[in-house]
Amino acid sequence: MEQRTRRDFLKTTATGAAAAAVAGFPHVARAQTKLTFGVWDHWVPGANDVLKGIVMEWGKSNRVDISIDFITSIGNKLDLTSAAEYRAGSGHDIIAFGTWYGTLYKDKLETVSDVVESIQKQYGKYNDNAVYMNYQDGRWITVPAPIGSHTYPLETRMDIWKKSAGIDVQDIFPADVKKRDKKKIEAWDWKAFLAGAKKVHAAGFPFGASIAENTDSNDWLGPLFADHGVFPMDEKGNITIEQDATLQVIEYLRELTQYMPKEIYGWDDASNNRWLISGKGSAIINPPSAWTVAKRDQPQVAAQVWHHDMPRGPKGRWRGALPFSWGIWSWSKNKQAAKDLLLYLSLKEVQWKLITASQGYDYPQLPSFMTHPVWTEIVPPPGGQYNYPIRGDEKIITAGYPAKQEYGVQVYYKWLLPTMVGKVTSGGTTPKDAVKWAAKELESYKQRG
Amino acid sequence: MSPTTTVDVAAAARAHPARLQLGRRLRSRSAIGVLMCLPLILLIGGLVGYPFFYSIYLSLLNKRETAFVGLANFRYLLTVDTFWMVVQMSFLFTGLAVLWKAILGFTLAVVINTLPVRGQRIWRGLSLIPWVMPLALSSLGWWWIYEPTHSALNWILALLGISPKPWLSEPSWAKFSVILVNIWYGTPFFMIIYLAGLKSIPNELFESSAIDGASAWQRLRFITLPMLKNIIAITVLFSTIVTFATFDIIRVLTRGGPRQSTHVFATYAFELGIATGDVPLGAAVSLFMFPILAVSAFFILRGIRRSTM
Repeated sequence: MEQRTRRDFLKTTATGAAAAAVAGFPHVARAQTKLTFGVWDHWVPGANDVLKGIVMEWGKSNRVDISIDFITSIGNKLDLTSAAEYRAGSGHDIIAFGTWYGTLYKDKLETVSDVVESIQKQYGKYNDNAVYMNYQDGRWITVPAPIGSHTYPLETRMDIWKKSAGIDVQDIFPADVKKRDKKKIEAWDWKAFLAGAKKVHAAGFPFGASIAENTDSNDWLGPLFADHGVFPMDEKGNITIEQDATLQVIEYLRELTQYMPKEIYGWDDASNNRWLISGKGSAIINPPSAWTVAKRDQPQVAAQVWHHDMPRGPKGRWRGALPFSWGIWSWSKNKQAAKDLLLYLSLKEVQWKLITASQGYDYPQLPSFMTHPVWTEIVPPPGGQYNYPIRGDEKIITAGYPAKQEYGVQVYYKWLLPTMVGKVTSGGTTPKDAVKWAAKELESYKQRG
Repeated sequence: MSPTTTVDVAAAARAHPARLQLGRRLRSRSAIGVLMCLPLILLIGGLVGYPFFYSIYLSLLNKRETAFVGLANFRYLLTVDTFWMVVQMSFLFTGLAVLWKAILGFTLAVVINTLPVRGQRIWRGLSLIPWVMPLALSSLGWWWIYEPTHSALNWILALLGISPKPWLSEPSWAKFSVILVNIWYGTPFFMIIYLAGLKSIPNELFESSAIDGASAWQRLRFITLPMLKNIIAITVLFSTIVTFATFDIIRVLTRGGPRQSTHVFATYAFELGIATGDVPLGAAVSLFMFPILAVSAFFILRGIRRSTM
């Protein structure tokens, strides 16, 4: 493997501005040092080994003894680890954060602006959602991590939707962006989706998505509301949920949920995967993990799964995201080595290997990395994951955006949107009362600051 | 003892009176008792006392833990709708679960006690299985039984011609489901304690009452229950404390849903403290349990003291 130091990396950055950006941030021939790295335990078999190999080889070349811990997110272990390390003021030098967690601990995180700016100079800007999650108070608190980050496209059983709803998603979203028909893409909106959902439900293969206390719920409801211009709170802290568009979306959901399984209010993060794999479901909103499991357990189902863009609303087309980030604790004694490693892991050739190892599950937060061939090459069906990277007009959102992060995290993890919707679609509350409840909740989030 | 030794001791006593006094104190029964208990006291102090006082300290800080805010976190909680749902659910959960555990545990104990000794062993062992299994593991098993889409229980109901139930996806059913699992888990604790209590009641009491013509109900009403009164009070107290602090069952089965309806203090504290990073508020939620438990412990223990005096 070609080893590249920060200096090598900077040599490849063409402009003088790039070099200036890292002034006072030199790569040094350091004495043997130590570094500990707590990283998300990848669920794709073999992905951890590839990362470990890359990291260890880098350590050998750079006189760094690296200890790497793969920490599962099952049972919130990764979140608990970062919370414990934050409170104890000790632990790993570098730690992986699940969505939002870096923002919770920013006061004890080393600024990594120099690392991120170097990456951006070389590869272009990160997507807006990555900036929202990682850039705060005028500095980059964390580096957007490719490992574990994922987005939520539609995963559709193309055979069922074609036969039962007359909608050919493969035709609307072909495995070649140049072949997209603008009119067809434009027509793929939430109304068209509802009409299709009604038909597949009648055929006995409903669309399924959870409205419960889990991230999957936020990752489709957040985009749906955003498509209609509804963001619970704006960046200035104004509560913006009380508007007609919110009521419209809730009414829409009242109708859509009639054609969805009744159990969605008790679903967890794996339920929609099981729904698709069982053969009962014809569409879910999920990263390709459901497809990966189907490929192993129900290959005939996997062969019919087409990943593609979300429906459009009157105010745009958004897609949900759960991004990870990497942070360096302020108490780390090896900040320089930690920064070097994070920079190295962000290099395109390194990212290429990691994305391949994850079978395309890891979603780079640099739009310029969407050219990775894995999404074109992975089968079945041919081209089934081509549209997992955003190819069209979708924008990425984590529910809670664009509120200040301390409010956004509460919107997300206090399950504001699924609870508000569930109150109406399952609990019998009127849409107006549900929205009032949500506004009151948001007011209470503000009181906490 | 030789005179020389006596002289030596006396001389030593004169030379080191403090050391001798210490030696005498150490030999006393109470000092030995304290010494023997010291490891346990340190353990409890470290694992219970320190976290308890630390959580009180945390609950009095602002969200960023940079300023002392007094009781503001507690006052804030009283204004949050979800918190009142949590209070309601915690009482419902604890009340129903403890009541049913006590009733079922007592019934099981009486039934097992009437079996021949050899038969008792098997049934006693089998009844204890739910209680000895790790709760997180058995909760996972229950999750598969209730699983919203592919519930094993619904599959059995379907075989019997009964329509499927929304075990985890409708608030009232979800509440029922988590309470049921707690009853299933905790009943053996009551059963084994009550069984031990039943064994300690002298058989002569039952024999003489039978000779006097007492019915089974009268024996239960006037012998068994009064004799077990204190044991019942203690088990109810212990179980109330443990049930109030339930976490695993709800975290695994519903994560507090649907629509936050099954949260109890512990799961809500976790959600606030870990998921949203508001540790002081999470600490305040968990401390709400303390006065409730302290008051119930006071009354129950006072009742026991009075009845034994």
